[in-house]
Amino acid sequence: MIALAVTVRLPSVLRELANGAGYLDASGSTLGEVLDGIGARYPMLERRLRDEQGELRRYVNFYVDGQECRAIGGTAAPVEENAEVMVIPSVAGG
Amino acid sequence: MDVLLAVGTRKGLWLARSRDRRQWEVTGPMLPLADVKAVAIDTRSGGTRLLAAALDSHFGPSMVISDDFGATWSEPDDAPIAFPADTGAALEGVWQLAPGPENQPGVVYAGVEPSALFRSDDGGRSFELVRGLWEHPHREQWFPGGGGKALHTVIPHPVERDRVIVAMSTGGVYQTADAGTNWKPTNTGIRADFQPEEYPEFGQCVHKVAMDPTEPDRLFLQNHGELYRSGDGGAGWEPISDDLPGDFGFPVATHPRRPGVVYSFPISSGTRFPEDGRCRVYRSEDSGTTWQGLDNGLPEDGYWSAVLRDALCCDDAEPAGIYFGSRSGEVYASADEGDSWRLVARNLPDVLCVRAAVVG
Repeated sequence: MIALAVTVRLPSVLRELANGAGYLDASGSTLGEVLDGIGARYPMLERRLRDEQGELRRYVNFYVDGQECRAIGGTAAPVEENAEVMVIPSVAGG
Repeated sequence: MDVLLAVGTRKGLWLARSRDRRQWEVTGPMLPLADVKAVAIDTRSGGTRLLAAALDSHFGPSMVISDDFGATWSEPDDAPIAFPADTGAALEGVWQLAPGPENQPGVVYAGVEPSALFRSDDGGRSFELVRGLWEHPHREQWFPGGGGKALHTVIPHPVERDRVIVAMSTGGVYQTADAGTNWKPTNTGIRADFQPEEYPEFGQCVHKVAMDPTEPDRLFLQNHGELYRSGDGGAGWEPISDDLPGDFGFPVATHPRRPGVVYSFPISSGTRFPEDGRCRVYRSEDSGTTWQGLDNGLPEDGYWSAVLRDALCCDDAEPAGIYFGSRSGEVYASADEGDSWRLVARNLPDVLCVRAAVVG
């Protein structure tokens, strides 16, 4: 697969794990590949997003160009060139 | 000499420090939003290291360390506790952090959900799965109790470095004598009243086990209904709840130096409240044969709360301090082995664990 350039947008609560960045340049042709790349640079950030078996955290949502990724394949969700991957904590906690 | 008290709650960690164990300086919350089921104060190497399990409802479990009394917390880049890929399992939470014996100052154990044991040899920076327990043929038959399928109790033997006791809900008590390679269930006499076979080899819903440090073969066990003791290292257990106002409960704790002194916070199995709404810690000085209710300084009535499995502990000072935290967010301390109590903090989230130790 061709590694495509994408942007990952982080919620403020996770930015300290990416040296304060709100947007990360990343690459990959699937959401999983994008997260692999993030994990190589920011391992603490990556494990907030998925567990050690690679499963997405249940209460973290990922939108690929506005589409919720679980509806389009989860970690296999395709990303296109210049796509934006938004990471948004879901409704949980109290 | 100060005593440090760590209080893990459903939503954050608090620390309290005192010179006389009567006036406390409370700081927190730390680790906000985190469910802190386990905390440890490790003073074996001369300093004071705090280890805390932090479970974020969105972003999963982690474990953090502080070497400066909570001013800063650090987490290794690589996940300190993680299941190997071949297990197919993922960490759901850390329920117990237990420093090893004095003669193994780098060893720290972690009991986790799903039920498994991890061991660190570098003071808690990195852990490895204890394969012998994970691959035990009984594991497929352990199932979740009300709080999850967790290994919540780890008791390293104080002298014999290859011996460790663990307990889980459900599953019961298991022990190793060869540093984790082989494990045997030691549940003879412990009732499992939630299934047809009431005295199985394993599968009990054990809530907590405590070892008498002066006589390590003397153990106490709060079960899902009934408090037990063993005088033979867990080979057999006998009930000791007859003199208590409730046979249910979660915690049990032993005195750090006085043989046979043990503390309990019993509640009714029918209501899951303290009997008559009275807040009382119970102390036995004869290994659980007789009990004395301790309530000087505690609420006299209307106490419809409970104390969870790790929310009762002793410190290592002289005389021993006793501490408990409640589901309603109060923390009490006794500087005189339970004879009298003072409020340390209130209006906290549900208290999940307390630990206390003499620090520099």
